[in-house]
Amino acid sequence: MSVYLLRRLIQAVGVVFAMSLIVFIGVFAIGDPVEILISPDADQIERERAIRALGLDLPLWEQYLIFLGKALQGDLGRSFVFNEPALQLILQRMPATLELAIAATLGAIVIGLPLGLYAGLRPHSLGSKAIMAGSILGFSLPTFWVGLMLIMVFAVQLGWLPSTGRGDTVEILGMRWSFLTADGLAHLVMPALNLALFKISLVIRLTRAGVRETMLMDYVKFARAKGLSPFRVTFVHVFKNILIPVVTVTGLEFGSTIAFSVVTESIFAWPGMGKLIIDSINVLDRPVIVAYLMIIVLMFITINLIVDLTYSVLDPRVRLEGK
Amino acid sequence: MADAPTPAAPQGAPTLEVRNLRTHFFTRAGVVKAVDDVSFTVGRGKVLGLVGESGSGKSVTGFSVMGLVDPPGRVVSGQILFKGQDLAKLSDEEMRKLRGNRIAMIFQDPMMTLNPVLRVDTQMIETVLAHEKVPEEEARRRARDALGMVGIPSPEERLKSYPHQFSGGMRQRVAIAIALLHRPDLIVADEPTTALDVTIQGQILAEVQKLAATTGTSLIWITHDLSVVAGLADDIAVMYAGKIVEHGDVGEVLDKPLHPYTHGLIGSVPSRNRRGEPLRQIPGMTPSLLSLAPGCAFRARCPRAAADCVEMPELHPWRPDRLARCHHPHLENVEQVA
Repeated sequence: MSVYLLRRLIQAVGVVFAMSLIVFIGVFAIGDPVEILISPDADQIERERAIRALGLDLPLWEQYLIFLGKALQGDLGRSFVFNEPALQLILQRMPATLELAIAATLGAIVIGLPLGLYAGLRPHSLGSKAIMAGSILGFSLPTFWVGLMLIMVFAVQLGWLPSTGRGDTVEILGMRWSFLTADGLAHLVMPALNLALFKISLVIRLTRAGVRETMLMDYVKFARAKGLSPFRVTFVHVFKNILIPVVTVTGLEFGSTIAFSVVTESIFAWPGMGKLIIDSINVLDRPVIVAYLMIIVLMFITINLIVDLTYSVLDPRVRLEGK
Repeated sequence: MADAPTPAAPQGAPTLEVRNLRTHFFTRAGVVKAVDDVSFTVGRGKVLGLVGESGSGKSVTGFSVMGLVDPPGRVVSGQILFKGQDLAKLSDEEMRKLRGNRIAMIFQDPMMTLNPVLRVDTQMIETVLAHEKVPEEEARRRARDALGMVGIPSPEERLKSYPHQFSGGMRQRVAIAIALLHRPDLIVADEPTTALDVTIQGQILAEVQKLAATTGTSLIWITHDLSVVAGLADDIAVMYAGKIVEHGDVGEVLDKPLHPYTHGLIGSVPSRNRRGEPLRQIPGMTPSLLSLAPGCAFRARCPRAAADCVEMPELHPWRPDRLARCHHPHLENVEQVA
């Protein structure tokens, strides 16, 4: 187990290093921030000074080495725009995105699992067919369109829910959270649902496929032959088996939910990391973009590790070995 | 024993009496009559060997007794009298209370019958608790004793293992231990040794035989392996295309088969063939149950088939306790001796 963790850690360092190089070069290739950041009216001397102050006069490899040296000390650079440490900027916005992503993932499980279970147990019923048809919509409708429609219906027409922002927040552990106030919750519902839609469909389909496959297994028939109640057969024997793929996929999806909440955050003006990165890309705020991508990489690595560990807990046949 | 069904006396009723059982599968391609008018009796502490090729309906017969036929299949008609009580008429809940309790089942593939994500103790204790309100400690004790009884060493530790930590033979022992937890009156064993090594097969057979003898449990032993039946069963019923074609005492049937199909089956056992000669076999293959022509289902493969075989023969008692569904049985087999 510890050998396994150590190996994973070494791999992680390698991935982070490789990603930093790719990200740094990639961002360098996008465009020159000088054109955007420095007023066109500035004279040559001011321009030179600004470029030198931002460290943009150095060759790429030297910039990278400076970045790497500072990064090892926990400094991912200062934002060109806000003149604040990039890491701090991102971490400030992180609770909002985390909150949104967690709400969306929980929603996907709470809604998707029962629907998928139903569709799997009664595959030929009308309800199941409706659920499966709905899940196709959930897969294929673009997020931005659904978001706009949600706003149109629930905010504009019906006026039930607010359309933008986080609402009232409560500060816990130095971070601001929306879900603890009624107003904040009302603000959270629509963006979370919008972000969850794809995941709900995914969980429904995974669960249904898992149930249908597992129900045919001999061990389910054997469980029935033992005289267990249908409830226990379904919720212990079948459920524990379908949990394995569902946990894996929702776990991995959690990473992409955080990373790609950009669209939802933009539509609902949710002040999270996604909104920050879009704004930063617009003004080519290189340190923020690089820092953001580095954090996302770290997050993916962590989530993957957690998923693997959970997997070994759920499936006793999987043993984590050093090989 | 295998006479035409007589009304069961309230006392001394056989453990199981199946009368005119029909289990059909309603598929899109048509109705598959997997079990078509099957009757047999299993006395208390007796072992019935149910023999046939794949698709002969022997497993479906077993599942019908267990009440575990899944759609599109269903028991269409007939009686399944378990100690005089008709199982075919019971509600799902009443059937559940009998299943695993008074009637248990052992499956063919031990690698597939235990849930891979649940520990053995979970799977055993839940079986105890499904039928009896006992403290968990008591249930665990019974589980441990049952494991010990089927010859699993250090049952206390093995209880905490997962199925994948057992070998195939050991898993089948666990499955048998689960079947024995409530000392059932009847165990339906669906080819439980087919997937095992020959040496393990022998051990399991000896174990089961011993247990059935000591607990008075009746057995329906479903198999395609005649050598297994020869050593284990009291009676034998040979199935072909959903019907019983021969039924009688195991020694009698195996020594002097009446039905040409039984004759062919026995002839195809490799150890009965002479060295150097090509192995004997039954030509052709089992007919599709979807497109079954009227008349004897075996006639296309039968060396003795004649014109009258287009009419389905009855299961006729050619000799006392010797039933065969054939117009031209191997009567010379019984006459030589008589």
